This record gives sequence, structure tokens and C-alpha cells, in this order.
Amino acid sequence: MNSFIKLGALAVEEVKELSTGGWAAENAWIMLVLPFVSALAILALGKRKKLWGSRIAIGMMSYVFLHGGWLWYLSITQGVVYEKAVSIGDVGQNFHLEWGWVVDGLSSMMYFVVGTVALLVFIYASSYMKGEKRYAGFFASLSLFAGAMLVLVASPNIVQLIVGWELVGVASYLLIGHYWENKENSSAGMKAFLVNKVADVGLIIGAIMVAVGAGSFRITEILHAAEEGTAGMTKVAVAGAGLLFIGAMGKSAQFPLHVWLPDAMAGPTPVSALMHAATMVTAGVYLLARFFPLYEGLGEPVRVYIMWIGAITLLLTGLLALVQTDLKKVLAYSTLSQLGYMVTAMGAGAYTAGIFHLFTHAFFKALLFLAAGSVIHAVHSNDMTDMGGIRKFMPTTYKTFLIGSIALAGLPPLAGFFSKDEILVGIDIANVTGNQFVLWTAIAGAFITPLYMTRAIALTFFGSYKGHGEPHEAPKTMTIPLVVLAALSVVAGWVNIPGVYTGFATWTAQRAEEMDLHHAESFDYALLTAGVVAALLGVVVGWRLWGKDAETQEARDTFEIPVLYPLLRNKYYLDDFYLWLVGLIKGPLARFVDWVNSYVIDTIVNAIGAMMVGLGGIVYTVLDQKGIDLFMNGLAGLAGGSGGKLRLLQTGRVQQYAGAFVLGAVVLVIAFVAIG
Amino acid sequence: MSIVPILILSSALFSLGVYGMLARRNAVMVLLAIELMLNAVNINLIAFEAAWGTVGAIGQVFTIFLITVAAAEVGIGLAIVILVFRNRATANLDDFTLMKG
Repeated sequence: MNSFIKLGALAVEEVKELSTGGWAAENAWIMLVLPFVSALAILALGKRKKLWGSRIAIGMMSYVFLHGGWLWYLSITQGVVYEKAVSIGDVGQNFHLEWGWVVDGLSSMMYFVVGTVALLVFIYASSYMKGEKRYAGFFASLSLFAGAMLVLVASPNIVQLIVGWELVGVASYLLIGHYWENKENSSAGMKAFLVNKVADVGLIIGAIMVAVGAGSFRITEILHAAEEGTAGMTKVAVAGAGLLFIGAMGKSAQFPLHVWLPDAMAGPTPVSALMHAATMVTAGVYLLARFFPLYEGLGEPVRVYIMWIGAITLLLTGLLALVQTDLKKVLAYSTLSQLGYMVTAMGAGAYTAGIFHLFTHAFFKALLFLAAGSVIHAVHSNDMTDMGGIRKFMPTTYKTFLIGSIALAGLPPLAGFFSKDEILVGIDIANVTGNQFVLWTAIAGAFITPLYMTRAIALTFFGSYKGHGEPHEAPKTMTIPLVVLAALSVVAGWVNIPGVYTGFATWTAQRAEEMDLHHAESFDYALLTAGVVAALLGVVVGWRLWGKDAETQEARDTFEIPVLYPLLRNKYYLDDFYLWLVGLIKGPLARFVDWVNSYVIDTIVNAIGAMMVGLGGIVYTVLDQKGIDLFMNGLAGLAGGSGGKLRLLQTGRVQQYAGAFVLGAVVLVIAFVAIG
Repeated sequence: MSIVPILILSSALFSLGVYGMLARRNAVMVLLAIELMLNAVNINLIAFEAAWGTVGAIGQVFTIFLITVAAAEVGIGLAIVILVFRNRATANLDDFTLMKG
């Protein structure tokens, strides 16, 4: 069984004997179906029993958490590789549409992350959304969101992956536009959906290309073909891999398709937490991880672009986080930046580093969002200009937010430190063009991350309170998820310490297809020092800039460099550029379509219409009026007339009827007698 | 014994019944007339059975059936007549022309 796995030169631990996972793996479908069942159940009950919305959702998610956690445990201890596919139809000769699930290191890690984060977010949301509009509907959409992500993660073939992918998109649209009464919010939902659609074009074409190239929709077979260098696959591998990456760029919000993610903050905070940590933006990184052998082998030329796009994203969006006044948007840009890290790692060929960062990031980013939501809930504003000094009012929220920030900033020994360090090493040892330059970009990112987090903490939690009223600490149902996530943010990094314990690398490498791993076997102390120094420098500089309290938050937010500041405030004018581009294409295109419409199509339509009218006239006057109508009128007249006559017979006198009856009997008797 | 006198009796009874049914105006009398006709049939059945019966008392069995049916019929008929009488204070059949088309 060990031949399934070929660990790279740097891997340190021998893989244990693989198992098929037994009952839990064979019945993983329960976990995939349950969220959809619960979404329907909530919709059915929701109108009358609102509270049941959250109860059903939390109950369902608890099961997913337990099942997912158990699978992850089995995967760690036994190395489960299990794949089940049920055929639901054929396309052409060799292509089978299948529905199934995969349980291996990568997917069970995702089940665990989705289950854990979603359960905590659901519990948190049951309190956060209390008294809000469409409470039950909100939980139905959340269940759908989690279920869609599970379907995506579980897919053994590329078709199911796309189905899950689109379901995630739909659910995100519903959730971002939850407060649709406000035009801005529904537009944000629309924007997320449309930007993702643009990327999905790439995904679908890429999927078709690699499927045709490999002769199967099955991911294992596609990857197998990529490794063997099958003729059909060789031709399409680079283009297919590139197009798949465009799909990943949409969901994982890579520059320049990242514009939807900050606007997606229009949704309620639990949605942001779920979306940023577990269910949506990780989909792109997961896609890259799932198809990693393709990028490792035939699709290798694409990796340069992946790495560079990740690097650009991590730097540019990190800078944007510095100028946001909306607390949630700071975190949104931070997510973009961290996604940049993951994608860069994938591009550099550091599979373990990329998904390890996904793993740790899920916990501390969910924590940061939920803590921010707790503050927003208390202050009734997203804006950091209304905050300040919250530390005194909400100690638990403050402490957990601080832990999340330290984990995000990459300071030892919290989770982010290990994963970020792993990424830096991965980039350093990559044999991809320009990796040294990207390495310095990543170190610059490691400086920017603590800088904006320090700013956010200083403006939110320190100084004097600048809002109205007096904020109170959130209820237990909201703080307990925060504490749990804070604990996870501390320990999540310890599963992969180079040179000490590298379980995570081994666990997630357990997959049906062979793959090479680039994995750090020990700390690279130069890089480690660079990363930590950059992070500490970020904290110090951030505190020097924003630590001082001032009369207003605007005065406190003094970081304004002439050219850079407006550029950042306007998000590099990207949204304006897109609107201009759409306007540019829309005008001539619309005019052309209008011309075609009014001169070509209209003429044809009018001619056909005129012909039909003429034909109709003939049919009406000749056939209908003179022929059929005459006949029908005759029949009706006959029926009416005879009815008029016959009704006279019905006098209502019983004895007349009896008389007629006797007469009839007499006639019959005479007839029988006459006949003999 | 010749069957003819019996048949004459039954046809006389039947004719009386037909006349009564068609000519009387009172609903109760009409019901009585119908009973006459049924009994004429009963007499016929027994007479034919006595004269030519081969497999047992089929005619008698039929007669017993007929008596039962007649009793039920009179029960229902009288109930209807009583209800109609209560509603309209008359048992004259000529007044019951609600079903006129």
C-alpha cells in the first residue's frame, strides 16, 4: 500500500500503513447530505418556529463536526484513503457522471476544519443574529453554505466539484445579501456572484479540457494521466491547469479578481467568519491542492504565474488593509493577503506549506471575525472611528482578538508563525523563476500583517471610547466560540514543527495519487529570523504610529502619505477601472446589438409575423367562420331545439311516468305474444 | 287442478293494481295499489311452481324474497309520503310537481 505515496526528498516521516477507514469513510455521505436536509427542514419549519432554525443547524453541524473530526482522527492514525463513486449517468462514450466522496488526508483535514469552524460560527450566530430579520432563513443559507463546501471538498470528480463550487457561490450570494432591503448589500452579493462567474468560465473550460485530455472526469484519473504524461493530457495540461487556476483566482479572491471579497463584508459577521475561514475562499486553494500533482508535473509552467499572482495579492491587499476604517474590511484585506500567501506557496510547489497555512488561518481568521463581530454587536457600528478603548468593556473579546492577531502576525509560538515560516522556506527552496524576489515580497508581507493588525487593535481596543452608549461584553454563546477558537489558534501550529514533529505534512500527503512534497525538514534560521524580525518591526512601527490616543480617531489615524494614501483609499482604482472597462465594452456592444436587433432580427420577425397574420386571416374568414362555425352552430341549435321539445315530456307528475311505463310494458307484452 | 283460474285471479289483481296506481290521487292509495301488483306476481310465481316446477321450491323462495322487498318498499314509501305530507299538508300526487322540467 505504501506505493500509493511517494514522499519527497525532504519528507521526514514514513507513512503508516494505509486503511480504507471502515464505517466512517463508507458513510461519509451522511455528512454531505445532512446540511441540505437541515436547510430544507429549517425552511419548512422556519416561519412558525424561528428558534428551531438555529437548533436544527447547530445539531446538524455537531454531527458533521463529529463525523469530520473522526475521519480526520482516522486519517491521522491509520492513513485513510477511500474513494466511492456512484454512477448517475453517462456523457458520450467514456465519460461517466458520478456522485461520490473522497476520504483522504487532504479532504478529511478540510472536513475537520469546515466542521469545527462552522459549528462554532453557528453557535455564535444563534446569539449574534437573535432578533434579526429572517433568522431561520439565515440558518438555512448557512447550512447550505457549509453543505456546498463539503460537497466541493468531497468530490472525487471534477463535475461534482463544479456543482459544489457553484452551490457555494449561490449560498454566498444569499448570505452576503442577507439584508437585501439595503441596495448596497444586495449589490455586494451580486458583485461576489458575478466576479466569481467570470472566474468560473475559466474553471469550466479548464475542467472540460483536462477531462477530455485525460479521458475521464475522475480527479484521480486526471492526475494519473498528468503524471504518466498521457498524449492527450500533455497537449492540454498547461492551458487546462492555467484555466483551472483562473477559477481558483475567483473563489480565493486573487488579484485582480479580489474585488468582491471586501464588499462581501456587507453580510452579517458570522457569514464573513465562515466565508473567510472555512467555506468559500479556501475553495480555490483546495482546488490547487487537489490538483497539485497536475501543477507539479505537466502543468509546471503555470506555477510561475500562480506564485507571482499570489505574491502580488499578498503585498497589494496587505497595503490596502492599512487604510480601512471599517474593522471588518481590515480583516477582509488581511484574508486576501493571507490567501496570497497560500497561493504563492502552492505556486512555489510547497503543498504542505499552502494547506498548512489554510489550516491555521481558518482558526485565527474565524476568531478575528467573530471577535470583531462581538465588538460590532456591542458598538452597533463597523467603523473604527466609533470605537476605541473597548478593551475595558469587553475583556474576553479583547484577549481573544489579541491572540488571533498574534497568530496572524506570525509571532512564535502561535499558529501563524509555523505556517508562515513553512511558506517562506517553501518559497526559498522552490525552483521556480523569481522565487528569491517573491521571498522578499513575502517577508515584506510579514511586516505589513502585524502593522495593520496593530493599527486595528490600537484603534479598536486602546485609547478612549468614541462611540455612543456603553458597550457590554457579549453573551456566553458568543464568547465560548471565541475562547475555543483562540485555543485552536494557539495550538494549531504545533502539528507541524520542522525538525521536531511533522505530522501534518504526512497526514495531508496521504492521497490516492502519487505526489512529491517539498517540505521543510528543519528550521531555516535565517528565514525564521527574517520573518520574526519583520513581524516585530511591524508591531513596533504600528504602535508608534497609532498607539497614541487623540481627540478623534481620524486625527489618530495619521498615516497619510500623499500619493500612496489616495491610491490605497481608492483600492488602486480597480473598481473604477472595471466599471470603465464594462462601460467601454457595453456602449459599442449595446449599439451593435441594438442595430442587429432593430435591422436584422426585427425584419425577420416582422416578416414572419406578417405572414402569420395573413395566414390567420384566411383561416379565420374562410375555414373558421364559414366552415367550422356553421357546423358547430348547427349542432348546438339541434341540441337546444330538441332539448326544448323534450323538456315538455318531463311534467313532474309521477303518475304520468307510471302510465308511460305501463304502456311500454303492454307494448312489450304484445310484441312478445306476437313474436311467439 | 287447472292453473287457469289462478292466473285469472292474479291478472285481475294486477289490473286492479295498475288501475289504482294510475287513477288514484292519494299517494297512500297508490302505494297500496303497488302492493296489489306485487301480490299478483307472488300468486303467479307459486302457481307456475306448483304446475311445472322441477328443481324444488324456487317459486316459493322468490315469493318470500318479494314479500321482504315489498315490506321494505312500503317502509320507505310511507316514510317519504309522511315527510312530504308534513311539509306540504297534502298527499295529493298532482301537487308534487317539483321535478317539472
